[in-house]
Order: sequence, then C-alpha cells, then structure tokens
Amino acid sequence: MNFFKRFAQNRGALVGLVILGLVVVLALLAPLLYPDSPWRMVQRPFLAPGEVSGFWLGTDVMGRDVAAGLAHGAWVSLLIGLISTVVALAIGVPLGALAGYFGGKIDDALMRFTEFFQTIPNFALAIVLVAIMEPSTFSIVLAIAIVSWPPVARLVRGEFLSIKHREYVEAARLVGQTHRDIIIKQILPNTLSPVIVLASLMVATAILLESSLSFLGLGDPDTMSWGYMIGAARTVMRQAWWLSVIPGVAILLTVLALNLVGEGLDDALNPQLARAR
Amino acid sequence: MSEPIQESGAPLLRIERLALALPEGADRLYAVDNVSYDLTAGEILCVVGESGSGKSMTANALMGLLPTGVHVAKGRALFDGQDVLAMDEISHRALRGRRIGMIFQEPMTALNPLMRVGEQIAEVFEAHGLLTPRARKEKALALLEEVRLPDPASALRAYPFELSGGQRQRVMIAMALALEPELLIADEPTTALDVTTQAQILHLVKDLQARRGMAVMFITHDFGVVAEIADRVCVMREGKIVEMGEAREVLDHPRHDYTRALIDAIPADVVAAVGRPADVLAAVERPADVLAAVERPGDAIPPQRDDKDSSPLLSISGLDKVYRSSGGWFQPKREVVALDGIGFSLGKGETLGIVGESGSGKSTLGRCIVGLNRPDNGEIRLDGVDLSALEGRELRAHRRRIQMVFQDPYASLNPRIRVGMAIAQGPIANGVPKAEALAQAQALLATVGLDGGAAERYPHEFSGGQRQRIGIARALALNPELIVADEAVSALDVSIQAQVLTLLDDLKQKLDLSLLFITHDLRVAAQICDRLIVMQKGRIVEHGIAREIFLSPQHPYTRELLEAIPGRRDAPEPATAAAGVL
Repeated sequence: MNFFKRFAQNRGALVGLVILGLVVVLALLAPLLYPDSPWRMVQRPFLAPGEVSGFWLGTDVMGRDVAAGLAHGAWVSLLIGLISTVVALAIGVPLGALAGYFGGKIDDALMRFTEFFQTIPNFALAIVLVAIMEPSTFSIVLAIAIVSWPPVARLVRGEFLSIKHREYVEAARLVGQTHRDIIIKQILPNTLSPVIVLASLMVATAILLESSLSFLGLGDPDTMSWGYMIGAARTVMRQAWWLSVIPGVAILLTVLALNLVGEGLDDALNPQLARAR
Repeated sequence: MSEPIQESGAPLLRIERLALALPEGADRLYAVDNVSYDLTAGEILCVVGESGSGKSMTANALMGLLPTGVHVAKGRALFDGQDVLAMDEISHRALRGRRIGMIFQEPMTALNPLMRVGEQIAEVFEAHGLLTPRARKEKALALLEEVRLPDPASALRAYPFELSGGQRQRVMIAMALALEPELLIADEPTTALDVTTQAQILHLVKDLQARRGMAVMFITHDFGVVAEIADRVCVMREGKIVEMGEAREVLDHPRHDYTRALIDAIPADVVAAVGRPADVLAAVERPADVLAAVERPGDAIPPQRDDKDSSPLLSISGLDKVYRSSGGWFQPKREVVALDGIGFSLGKGETLGIVGESGSGKSTLGRCIVGLNRPDNGEIRLDGVDLSALEGRELRAHRRRIQMVFQDPYASLNPRIRVGMAIAQGPIANGVPKAEALAQAQALLATVGLDGGAAERYPHEFSGGQRQRIGIARALALNPELIVADEAVSALDVSIQAQVLTLLDDLKQKLDLSLLFITHDLRVAAQICDRLIVMQKGRIVEHGIAREIFLSPQHPYTRELLEAIPGRRDAPEPATAAAGVL
C-alpha cells in the first residue's frame, strides 16, 4: 500500500503504467479482435487510415490490415521483451552475486568473462547470434538475453560488494549461516530495488532490439512484429508514411511507458528519495 | 531565566521567540518552538541536547542552512540589531563567513578533497573580494599558525586527505576565523574526534575565543564538554528550552529533571574515582567545587567485583595482524600494523574492557576474536581450543559460542527481515526448528525489555536504543559464553547509553556471560568493566584492574587519555590552554 502510494506520487510513472496497461490489454485481446492471421491479405493495398470503414489504420503494401498487425505485434514485442529480460536476469544475477560475494579469483574470472561480452557491440553480437541460429522467436529471445545480461551482473556485483561488509551480514556469518543462506536471505533482497529498476528498462531495450532485428529481416518469419512492419514499409516511406509511423509510434509509446514506470519504481523503492519529497 | 548583566549592554545575537516548523507528517509540529536566548560578545554559550532536540536547528536557521521542508514559522533572530531571518540573500551572504563563522561536525567531509588547504582558506577571502592573492596566501599561513597546526607552511600545500581528523578540524576553524567573525557557531565540532584530540580542539576554541573576544555558540550533546568550555548553558529538549543559566549553576544545581537526568546519564565520571580516595591522590589537589556530576556518591568508581579465578575462558597469545594494501603498478605497497603481539586472557563471568582511540587496533582485535578477520599469527583459545586453526564446519560450530554486538544500531539489522526472524535465524542455521526458534526469539525480546509484538515488526520501526536491544537479543539467541561488544553504545544518546549498559550488565550476571567490551570512551569503560586493557597503535600499553588503572595510571598514554576526558577539570586554566599544543 505504502509502496503504491510512493509510486503514485510520480505522475509520469502513473501515465507510463496506464499506457503499458493499454498495450497489455491490446496484446491480450488481439486473438479476439482479429481472430484471423495478421498475414492474411484482406483488402486493396495502400489504404490510408480511415479510407475504408473496418480498416481504421489502413492496409500495407500487401493489403494486410495494419491494425491487426499492430495488435498481434504487441503480443510478440511484450513477450520477447519480458522473456529475454527474465533470461538475462537469470544469467546476470547469480554471476554478479557470486563474483561480488566471494571476490578474489572467482570475481576476477567472472568479471573477465563478463567483459568478454561487454567488449563486443550489443547489436552486432545479436545479429551474429540470430543469423547463426536461424531466425525464430527462441533464437531472438536468446540472442537478446545474451547481449543484455552483463550490465545486470555488474550492478549486482557492485551491490554485493557494498552490502557484504554491512554489520548485519557479518552478524549472519557469526551465527553460522551458510554462504548460500547469506547470499539468498541476507544480501539478495537488499539488492533488488536497483535490479528491478534496471529490469524495467531492459524490457524496453529488448523491445527495441527485437524491432531492430525484425527491421533488418532477422525476425521470426512466422510472427508479426512492430519491427517487421516498419522494415517492410521502409521502401514505401514516401507513398505511405503511416505504414512506418504507426508501428513506430507504438514502439515509442511502449518504451517510453516502460522507462517512466522504471523511474517510478526507482523512486518508490528508494526510501531515501521518497523521504526527500 | 535570569540573564547575567553584561558589561557591553546590547547582546550580539538575540533570538526572540523563534519557531521553526517541520514538514507535515513529522513526529512533532516544530523543530524549535518558542526559543529565546541572548549571546553577548566574548561569551561561550553551549546549546545542549540529545539527538532530535532541535539544538542544531537554530544555528542552521541563522546560517540559512535549514533542510528543505523546514521553515521559520515565527520569531526573529537579531544579529547586531538586524533580523537575520528576514534578510535577502545578498545581505545574508555578506554576513556569512564575514561576521558569523561556522564549524561543522564532520571534519572528514567538510573540506573539499580535491583542493589544497591553502587554496580553500584563500577562497574565503576571494568569496568576499578581499585582499590580493598574495596577501591571501600570507593570511592563510598566519591563520594556520594561529590554530597551531604543526608545520603550517607544508600544511598549506597539503590536500585534506593528508591531514588527520584533528588537523582538518583545525583547518576548518582557521577558515571560520579567517574574516574575524564576531560570532562563531560550532556544531558538535569535537564529536567525531578522539578524546585527546577533542581536548586539544576545545582548548583551542576557548583560547581563540578569549584572544579575539568572539561570541561562540557551541552545540553539543556532551555535558563533559559543557563543563570544559561553557560560560552559559541552554538545555534543549524536543525543541523547547528546558533550562538556561550560568554553566556552573546549571551543572551544580540543575533545576529541571531532564537536565539532571542528562548530567546523571554521563557514564560514571572518572574524575570522581580519582578524586575520592585521599591517600592515593594526596598530591593532586581536589578542585574546590567539583561539578555536581562528580559529587554524587557511588556512580564513578568501577564496581568492585570478586576475582573470578576460574580457568580462563578465552586466552590469546602472540596475535599479529598487518593490513596490506596490494599497491598498483605505480604505488608502493602499504602496510598498517593493526595488532602487534597481543596477549591476554579473559575469565568466565568477567568483563574486560579494551580501550583505545581510533587506529589503535581495538576493533581488529574484536573481529579476530569472533572470527570475522583472520590474524596473521598467534593463538585464540576458547576453553583450550585454538580457533584460528579451525576451518569450515568446525569453525561454524564454535562461532556460536562467541557472539558480537555491533556498533551501529542502524546498520546491524537487515532492513528487510522482521525482528523476530532476525533473532531466530541464528538458531535456525544451527538446526533448531523454525517455530521453536521464533518462540525463543519472543522470549529473548522480553528479556531485553521489548514487548512481544516487536517480533513482527521491521527494524526501521525502532529507535536506536531499541535496535541495540534487538542486537543484544540476537547475540544471546545462541546461548553464547562470550559476547564481544564493539563500541556497542557509542552511537547512542547518553541517557540511552546508560540503559543499554545496565541491560548488558544485568544479562551478564543472569546468564553468566563473559563480556569483552571494546570502547574509545573511558567513562563508559569505567561503568561496566572489571579489568581494562589500554591499546595504542596495535599494542597493549597498560593492563590491569579497572579501578587501579583509573586511580593510578602507569603508562603516559593512559594518563593522557584520562586527562583528555572532557569535564575532568572544573575550568581549563588559560595558561595550559595557551601552551597546550600537544
């Protein structure tokens, strides 16, 4: 309750939450609103929004319904964003925790491993991974997760380094708690707030990455996604600008909403900031 | 409140019915409520109170340093006839630094770490557009000489991190004095310093004040400091003045119960121990009117306890520990000797005090004993078993027998774990079923004087003193034989300190514990310890029965520590103050 109140104090965060809620609702309702496949050609191509009733966002180069694509694409974008973030957390949190907690050689080894991924440009690595594994939802999620875990590991390691010397952690060592208990019960809960904030931003980045991959034609050929829609429409920018702009605005709003929510979470989870208000 | 008649007539600073409003949702309406006092040139006024009493707020308001959300609700603060609180920013800025100087509590953070000391002092002149750069430099040097920094010429070129805490506080004082202010506000300037350094700084302030005829507003929580330095005292509690008057008068005959409680709460004054037995101290003349705190019978002499001559519970020999910073490519390795051949033993049911200033290695010793640090050499034997040789599971099994109470009641409890669970997790880790451990935790909370409902709450809902009780309950949960208390009461207000010390002593008697009490405060040590170890730079310099150490300290360092306790003398003689470079 208290938490939500603090969250609600940030207006922007509330707006973000509302936009995000709408996108989620759109994604969930997609199969009901547009039971047909979004790939089906339903009308004359290049219909402008509102030109023919029933196709209020118009049709694309192949005569497919843009609104249907948008709704189904929302589902794909959110799912890929969420799952790849969860996978990235599953890799980054344990590595960072182990490195930060044990320090020394383990820390050195794990951090060099992390740097190995950090030195390669994210997007280039993602392209290479997807190209090697053949484009599919699975390979895209994996590629995005693999390029986005290093910052998580870095963050968690930093938090562990500072918290492991707190007196309550030393007290836990003194009463004989095992390393596993200390990591999971004592330290991890106290590192969560920055991780949650980072995760909300990672969802946004993942959506962008997926869109970029689809734009380059590396998306899953069976699923409609926002990035694919923009990519397919880029050759006809001058004749039918709305084909790129509509999914572009959708991406913009979703990413913006996630960023706003992330910022709100940061305020709400950070008691010091909350007190200063 | 009777005002002493001053020769100069109008006071330099007159605060009239000042009220500072706190933001909504705070625990009270006003940080400072209806406060009035005067400060005359050439006078030292001590504003005394515990944390949260609003003692610093008035000073902050004067300097325009009020935290956001706090604002002046009513009242005036007349400095030389002008209302400081109603001033616009420009005229206020002209006043700050130039006519009112301020010293802060934390010398470590009050100086800019990336700027040489000389430049920081020169900056004060620059801010007010005074002097040429060359003259500024000369003035800075003269100031450093005046605050008696050793080797002022090289201190001018030093960065703050190259100076010790006491030296930095001297630099702060030099900056505050640079423009020869008529009023100096000192907000707990000695709280973060060791006792011997504290004594030097107090002398310096007193001396400078006398020489320059400034008015000083000295904010402190320590009645010892008051006795040392104050002409007049103003005691505050929850934003209100409870008592005000001549320092001697207030200390000798406190009229208000709260003042009396504060004075009483100062842990046993060592002076009394030194002062009373005439035969021991025939040579030292006892001051004619010793402070009230000193007069009361029975509070001061460390209680005499039977010598428990049973076999030692803990025996330590030849303990060494050196901290090495590994040094980068271009840096030499640095070595700090924290422990150097430490050896002593601790009997069952005994309380041993380890006293020393910061950097003496006393905390490292405590951490080695509980097993948080590993000594380089030496033995720590608990009932004959050498702990430093144990590893892994065996070590964990033995750890149970030595528990620790930590210094900072705010850092020592996990903010995300309920208090009951925090206490129970020790037994749970050692195989006690969860339900049983939680029930035990309830009982322990009762033992340390908290109600059973406390178990369901989170640490942030408790005050510092209550948290320290929880910390003690956690240490007791494993039925230890030895408790190491590392500065366990240093972070608490004096009145709370006394309660926690009493609790520790009671528990010790009741549960037949041994106690290793690490502190920098001899007054605290006097109250609770049977035997004392005095440490300096990693070595034990004196070792013996607490009472004897207080009555006839052998080592010069111990004597210095005893001398430095504030409030020891009844008034500092100007001669010593002037000469006391120390």
